[in-house]
Amino acid sequence: MPAALRTRRGVLGIIVLAFVLAVAFVGPFVAPHPIDVPVGPPGSGPIPGAPLGTDFLGRDVLSRVLHGGVSVLTVAAVSVLLTYALALSIGMFAALTRRRWLDTLLMATVEVLIVLPPLLLLLVLISGVGTSTAVMVIGVALVLFPGAARIIRAATLEVGTTGYIESAISRGERMPALMRREVLPNITPMVLADGGVRFLGAIFLVASLNFLGVGSQPPSADWGLMISENRQILQTNPLALLAPATMLALLTISVNLLADSYAHTLGRSGAGR
Amino acid sequence: MSGVPSSPPVADGTAALSVSGLRVGLSSGPAVVDEVDIRLGRGEILGLVGESGSGKTTTALALLGYSGPGVEIWEGSLELDGTGVAMDESMRSSRGAVISYVSQNPGRALNPALRIIDAIEDLLRAHGAPGSREEVARKMLDTVGLESTQAFARRYPHQLSGGQQQRVCIAVALSCDPAVVVLDEPTTGLDVVTQARILEELVRLRDEQGIAMVYVTHDLAVVSNIADRIAVMYAGRIVEEGPAASLLATPRHPYTRGLLASIPDHVNPRRLDPMPGTAVGVGERPTGCSFAPRCGQRTDACTAAMPALEEIGDGRAVRCLHWEKTPPSESVPLIRSSRSRAGEAPLLAVENLRAEHRTREGRVLAAADISFEIMPGACVALVGESGSGKTTIARAIAGLHEISGGTITLAGESLSSLSYRRTVDQRRAVQLVFQNPADALNPRHTVGDAIARPARILRGLGRSASIEEARRLLERVRLPARIAARFPSELSGGERQRVGIARALAAEPDLILCDEVTSALDVSVQAAVLALLDELRDELGVGLLFITHDLGVVATVADEVMVLEKGAICERGRTEQVLRHPQHPYTQRLLAAAPTVAGVGSDSGRAG
Repeated sequence: MPAALRTRRGVLGIIVLAFVLAVAFVGPFVAPHPIDVPVGPPGSGPIPGAPLGTDFLGRDVLSRVLHGGVSVLTVAAVSVLLTYALALSIGMFAALTRRRWLDTLLMATVEVLIVLPPLLLLLVLISGVGTSTAVMVIGVALVLFPGAARIIRAATLEVGTTGYIESAISRGERMPALMRREVLPNITPMVLADGGVRFLGAIFLVASLNFLGVGSQPPSADWGLMISENRQILQTNPLALLAPATMLALLTISVNLLADSYAHTLGRSGAGR
Repeated sequence: MSGVPSSPPVADGTAALSVSGLRVGLSSGPAVVDEVDIRLGRGEILGLVGESGSGKTTTALALLGYSGPGVEIWEGSLELDGTGVAMDESMRSSRGAVISYVSQNPGRALNPALRIIDAIEDLLRAHGAPGSREEVARKMLDTVGLESTQAFARRYPHQLSGGQQQRVCIAVALSCDPAVVVLDEPTTGLDVVTQARILEELVRLRDEQGIAMVYVTHDLAVVSNIADRIAVMYAGRIVEEGPAASLLATPRHPYTRGLLASIPDHVNPRRLDPMPGTAVGVGERPTGCSFAPRCGQRTDACTAAMPALEEIGDGRAVRCLHWEKTPPSESVPLIRSSRSRAGEAPLLAVENLRAEHRTREGRVLAAADISFEIMPGACVALVGESGSGKTTIARAIAGLHEISGGTITLAGESLSSLSYRRTVDQRRAVQLVFQNPADALNPRHTVGDAIARPARILRGLGRSASIEEARRLLERVRLPARIAARFPSELSGGERQRVGIARALAAEPDLILCDEVTSALDVSVQAAVLALLDELRDELGVGLLFITHDLGVVATVADEVMVLEKGAICERGRTEQVLRHPQHPYTQRLLAAAPTVAGVGSDSGRAG
C-alpha cells in the first residue's frame, strides 16, 4: 500500500478519504444541533445557525450531514468484511480441493447468485424478514461475495500450479495451512485491489437501500436517506440534497482513486515484501 | 570455410552489416552494452553468445534500431549493405526489408488471430513489394520447408507445432529478401530434434540465398554447429571474437574457457568445472575488467582499467591483458564410480505405472506400463522431449498425480500416489526439486522459513532447531547463512535453485526427484548446481531421479538412463551404454540431434 501513496492519485485519494472519514466519525461530536429538532422553517436556504439551511422538516442540514455518514460507512465496511470472509473461504477452497465435484457445486451455486439482480434480491430479502442493520449487512454481502469468490478462485488456481504449492501439498500441509500460509499472502495484493471496488459496490447498495426507504428509517440521519427525503424541497434548498450527495461522491471517488493507484503499483512492486 | 581467417565468405568488399562503437544504456544511467563492434560479411553467420544479463539481446535489438522500454541507444554507427543508417525509429523502413528479426518465442511472435499467410503478406504489404503477394508468400513457405498448399497457408498459428511456427517466423523474416537476419534464441523453446532441423534449414538458406545472420544464443554447443564466427559477450562487452572452430578449440579469454568447461557433453562426458562467483549485473560492473572478480589469472592491472579488445591474429580478438597465459581447455574425463551398492534392496520400485491427464475431451494417456527401480544412492535419469510424460511420472512419485494403474514401492512399502494418503515418514523420504526457480519458492516467505518448514513438519524439529537447521543447510548448498532472512525475489535464479535443494534436504530424504532443475539456468550456473547435486549424492547417499531433456546433463550426472517416448520407456541401460550404443531409433534420433561442442576445432564436422 505505501507505494500507492507515492502516486499523485493515491495522495489525492487518501486526503479526500481522510476528509470524508473525519466528517463521518468526528462529525457527530461537533454537530451544532440535534438531528431531529427543527431549527427553522422547512426547506429554507442558509440562515443564521444553519449554514446549509434546513431540510423538509426544518431540521439543520449541516448537523444531519455530520451525523449521516456513520451508518453507510459502517454497514458498507462490515458487509465487505463479511463478503471476503465468505469469498476467501469458498474461492480458495474450491480451487484447492481435490474433490472436483465440490468445486463444481460451489461455483455453480456462486454463479446462480451472480445472475440475480442485486437490488431485487435485497428488496425481496428485506420485504421477507424486515429491515435491520444485520439484514442489510448480510444482504449486501450476499450480493457482493459471488463475484469476489470467482476472482479469488481464479487467482488461487494460478498460484496453485507453482512449485511452492506443490511442495506444500507433497509434504502434506492441511487445507487451512495451504490456504493461510501458502495462498493467501500471494493473492492479498489482488484481493486488496478488488476490495476497493467491492467497497464501492457496498456503498452504492447501502445508499440505494436508504434512498429507497428500506434501509435506515426516519428520523435517523443518513446521506442516502437525506437525498431521498429532500427531493421535494429541491427548489427551495438544493443544499439539502447537494451536501449529502457530495459526501457520497467524495467517498466513492476517493476509494476509487486509492484502489486504482494501488492496482497500478501491483505490477511494479513485485512480490517482495 | 572456417579456415578463412576473418574475411567474410563472399568477399566483395562491402559488409552486410557493420556496427561500431555501439553503446546502449538504461535511461536511468548505467550502460547495458558498451564498445560493441560487429562486422558481418554477406552469407556469414555470427554467433553472439552470452549468459543472461550479458547484453546479447539488447545488442540484437539495437541492430534494428530498437530498444525496449527504459533502454536507450546512446551511440553507434550502423551500416547495412554498405549504406549508413541512423539507429532510431527512422530505421522503420529498413526493418523487415534490409534487416529482419526472429524472436525467441514463435508462439507469441505470431498474431494468433491472423492466418500464417496473412502474417507474411502483411510484411510484403508494409514494404510495398511488387507482384502477387499471395504467390510470394506461398513461395516463402516452400523456402522454409513448409507446405505451400493453400490449405496450409490458411492455417492459424495454433494449428502448427512449435517448430512449424518458428519456420513461419523465419519465412516472415525472409520474405522481403533482407541482407541480414537477426535471430534471438530461435530454437531455445524447441526440442532437440526440431532444433536440429531448424539449424539445418538456416544453414541451407544462408548457402542458397547468401543471407547474413546474427544468431543470438546462450548455447555454445548450438552455435558451434552453424556459426562461421563467434562473439562472446560478458557484462555488456564482447570479450572474445573469432572464427568458430579456432575460438572453441583454443579459447583465449578465461570466461570463454570457463563457459566451455561448464557445458555438459554427451559425446565426451567430462567433469564440469564451474567458474567461481556469479555474473555482475548492470550498474554494478567494476572499473577494470568485468570478469576480474571471478578470474584465476587476475593481476592488479586487470582491476585498474578495462582492457581493450586486442587483435591477436588469425582473425581473433580478445579483451584480456593476459590472454597468452590462459591455459588450454582441458577435458577431465568423467570417472563414474558406481555408488549404488549391489545386492541391496531397491530404494524405489515402480511397476507398470499408468497415468492419465483429465482434459475436457476426456482422459489422455500420459504414461503407460512404466517399470523401473532406483537403488539407494543411485542417480537415474529419465530423458524425453516435452510431452513424453516424464514430469507426470515424477509427480506421481512425489504424491502429486493420482495414477490409474500399477504400483510404487518405497523401501519395500507400498506408496500411494497421493501425498495425503502417505505417512509422515513416507512424505519425508521423497522430495521434489522444481524446474522453475521463479516459482519454486513462496515469494512471501523468507528463505529461512521455506527451508525450516519441512524440517518442522516432517522431522518434528522445534522452532529454533528448525531455524538452526535451515542456516546449516544454506551453508551446505554453498550459500551464506545470512540470506535466511531474505526473500526469494532478492536472489538470482541459481541461488533460488540452491534454496530449493536445501528445502528438499531439510526433510533428510532418501530420494530426491529433480525435475529439469537446471533447464532455466545459465550453463555456468547449471555446472555449479550439477556439481552440488553430485557432491550431495556422494556424502548423503541420497538417490536421485533426474528428469531432463538434455543428454549432456544425463552424461554428466546419471548412472542409468531411461529414454521415454510418448509415455513409454523405449530404451534403458547404463548411461555409457545407451549414449555410446543406442539401440532404439528414437534414442538414436535424439542423440544425433543433440548439440555438442565436441569435435569442433579438431575437425570441421559441422554443416556449411
